[in-house]
Amino acid sequence: MAKKVDFDTPALSEYLQIPVLQEGAMAHSSPFVAKPAHQEPLNFPGELVEDWHDQAIAKMEDLSKTSRSFSLFLDICVHCGSCTDKCHYFIGTADPKNMPVARQELLRSVYRRYFTFAGKYFPNLVGAKDLTRETLDEWHSYFHQCSECRRCSVFCPYGIDTAEITMAARDILDAVGYGQKYDNEILTKVLKIGNNLGLPGPALAATLEDCEEDLEEETGLPVRMPLNEKGADVLLITPSADFFAEPHIDGLMGYAKVFHQAGISWTMSDYASEGANFGMFIGNYPTMKKVAERIRTAALELGVKRVIVGECGHAWRVAYSFWNTLAGTGHGAAADDKYAQMLQKQLDPRYPAPQHIIEFTYDLLQRNALKIDKSANDHRTVTFHDSCNVARGTGMGGIERGQFILPREVIKAVVNNYVEMDSSTMFEETFCCGGGGGLLTDDLMELRVKGALPRMNALKKVFDDEGVDTLAAICAICKSQFTKVLPFYDMPMHMITSVHQLVGDALVFENND
Amino acid sequence: MLTGLFAILFYAATAILVVGVANRIAAYWRTPAPLKIPTMPAPRTQGGMVYRMGREVVLFESLFRSNKWIWIFGWMFHMALFLVLLRHGRYFQESPWFLTEVVQPFGKYGGFAMIAGLAGLWGRRFLVERIRYISTPSDHLMLILLLGIGISGMMMTMVAHTDIVALKHFMIGLMVFDWKPLPADPVLIAHLSLVIILMVIFPISKLMHAPGIFFSPTRNQIDDSREKRHIAPWAAEMEK
Ligand code: SF4
Ligand code: SF4
Repeated sequence: MAKKVDFDTPALSEYLQIPVLQEGAMAHSSPFVAKPAHQEPLNFPGELVEDWHDQAIAKMEDLSKTSRSFSLFLDICVHCGSCTDKCHYFIGTADPKNMPVARQELLRSVYRRYFTFAGKYFPNLVGAKDLTRETLDEWHSYFHQCSECRRCSVFCPYGIDTAEITMAARDILDAVGYGQKYDNEILTKVLKIGNNLGLPGPALAATLEDCEEDLEEETGLPVRMPLNEKGADVLLITPSADFFAEPHIDGLMGYAKVFHQAGISWTMSDYASEGANFGMFIGNYPTMKKVAERIRTAALELGVKRVIVGECGHAWRVAYSFWNTLAGTGHGAAADDKYAQMLQKQLDPRYPAPQHIIEFTYDLLQRNALKIDKSANDHRTVTFHDSCNVARGTGMGGIERGQFILPREVIKAVVNNYVEMDSSTMFEETFCCGGGGGLLTDDLMELRVKGALPRMNALKKVFDDEGVDTLAAICAICKSQFTKVLPFYDMPMHMITSVHQLVGDALVFENND
Repeated sequence: MLTGLFAILFYAATAILVVGVANRIAAYWRTPAPLKIPTMPAPRTQGGMVYRMGREVVLFESLFRSNKWIWIFGWMFHMALFLVLLRHGRYFQESPWFLTEVVQPFGKYGGFAMIAGLAGLWGRRFLVERIRYISTPSDHLMLILLLGIGISGMMMTMVAHTDIVALKHFMIGLMVFDWKPLPADPVLIAHLSLVIILMVIFPISKLMHAPGIFFSPTRNQIDDSREKRHIAPWAAEMEK
């Protein structure tokens, strides 16, 4: 990828700098608007409706009845400013509207005007504003400058989560026919074909066969990549980027090697060949549910006992936190909950549902069920990037902080040289890669590069000082985003690696040791 | 005349405060959080959640982690306010109970801490560019109101003492609907007027953060989404 020349890559520095405000610095950044062909299949109006004003207000009314966080978060912010310097997009762009509270304010000002006493009678006093056509444009711009990473919610004294506000705003925009092209086009594909790529079943089968050949060549063993195999124990749900993109695909082959070594029967499904669920990004419950239900359907049809999720950040958030709610894919449904009981009766209660591939591999490592040669990774010095959705939206291993512990334990079990980045940019305070939340599109390249600044800053330090040459991650979006933005910050794009590639490389296969 | 006016104002303000806050709380109570959204890592048990909420409410843990200046001023103001409020218990009880007695000396100086905290918070609204940017006129007015209450209160404690025995009779009289005269002290009148304004705007302002935090799903939910199905009534309808 050639560097773009129409914006400057921010400069890295010894310590993270909080920028001086530059009003309007990113006012020009707005993603492509969805076409009718991407809106209508999701039951959204094809284009901006005539009565957008009334429809938008009606949608807000609806949200205030269906989701507590909507009116609660809009009501209780005290403008304390605690969140103002916590967003990577603010740090990277200096645009004050990218401060989390200012982003919320874009929606809050309208909510106040139409739904609160103070805003109805004293609008200027409380910063309430009428909903105008310009407001919609501003929403389309700035609510697509938030990756729904939830970093701000960690630092808010009331836990106000700007991601929730962004999701609500995108839901309103969709409801009036003013959606975002990238997200809605992808959702249209997954609902029609089964994955975000629009890769049909036969093409997927062919890809997997190619992978099997590569694996056989590498290991000398018939490591399988099964598709649609009824009666398998495990259904693997992974982001479709794993089927074609670098470095994702090496991670996919890593999973296959682990399954092979563990001797567990598993399968993928072409009907549910997508772990990603962009329904979350657009904040639309019915859409998110529809996408999640494809996995439930596939699990029922294939008769699997376990569902395991591959390396993908927001997919894991949806799976871990929402699948049980959306599609009964989990445990502990009420006895009279027929819908959820259907699948729950089938799933093996001894395993968490769903389970992360990291949890699965970690268990095997704990039981010494995998033969590992760490020195196979000795040419690398590895650091790990906590992906925002995994860090602040999920857990692992059934223990508090498991989402930080398990991936590190897996990495440390397969590599000798491991380095941690600055802890104020890690764990629950991790910085987003800059491309999450449905923003991983070329029309938002400037935002993506600038939003990556805080992570790049911390990475550059260990790159220079500790000789880190491998950046491991467990998120498909992080992997794609880093591949694109690393060169802007003078680091090699290939340093980004799937954790399961590291695992796969260190696995010892019986007949070749 | 003055007594009657303030008696009526106090009744009205109390009614607005109680009904208004109850209304908002009822709305938060009724509205489901359709998805599990605790900010992770989150406690895995009910007890753990109560502990987390307790740390937020008592220590302002998230704020502490975020910004030490806002934390110092904010925490100082709130804790001092708490002491001062406890101290005010003596105007509502014939013979003050133990706790009210104990806090008397602390509450007295707590007023200074309260004013200092408020001044610090207000200063930041001018001095820190980011906070200046997000401040609305109502944010300034709210601080002025609280400062007014604090300063008028401190004046009565430290400079010009008011007739607190008469005030106590007035307050207790209000509670049993047997009005006793209110001392016509201008500082006291100012203090009480500002308090009445605060009571009235409470339910329609950001002051709702006080009860609101307990309803915040990112802080009051438990990390058990895989073990227990969580579903909103309206969402369950979609499965029928
Ligand atoms: S959720 Fe993340 S991207 Fe959005 S405002 Fe908060 S910190 Fe910024
Ligand atoms: S930290 Fe919370 S209360 Fe403070 S300004 Fe940000 S959103 Fe509002």
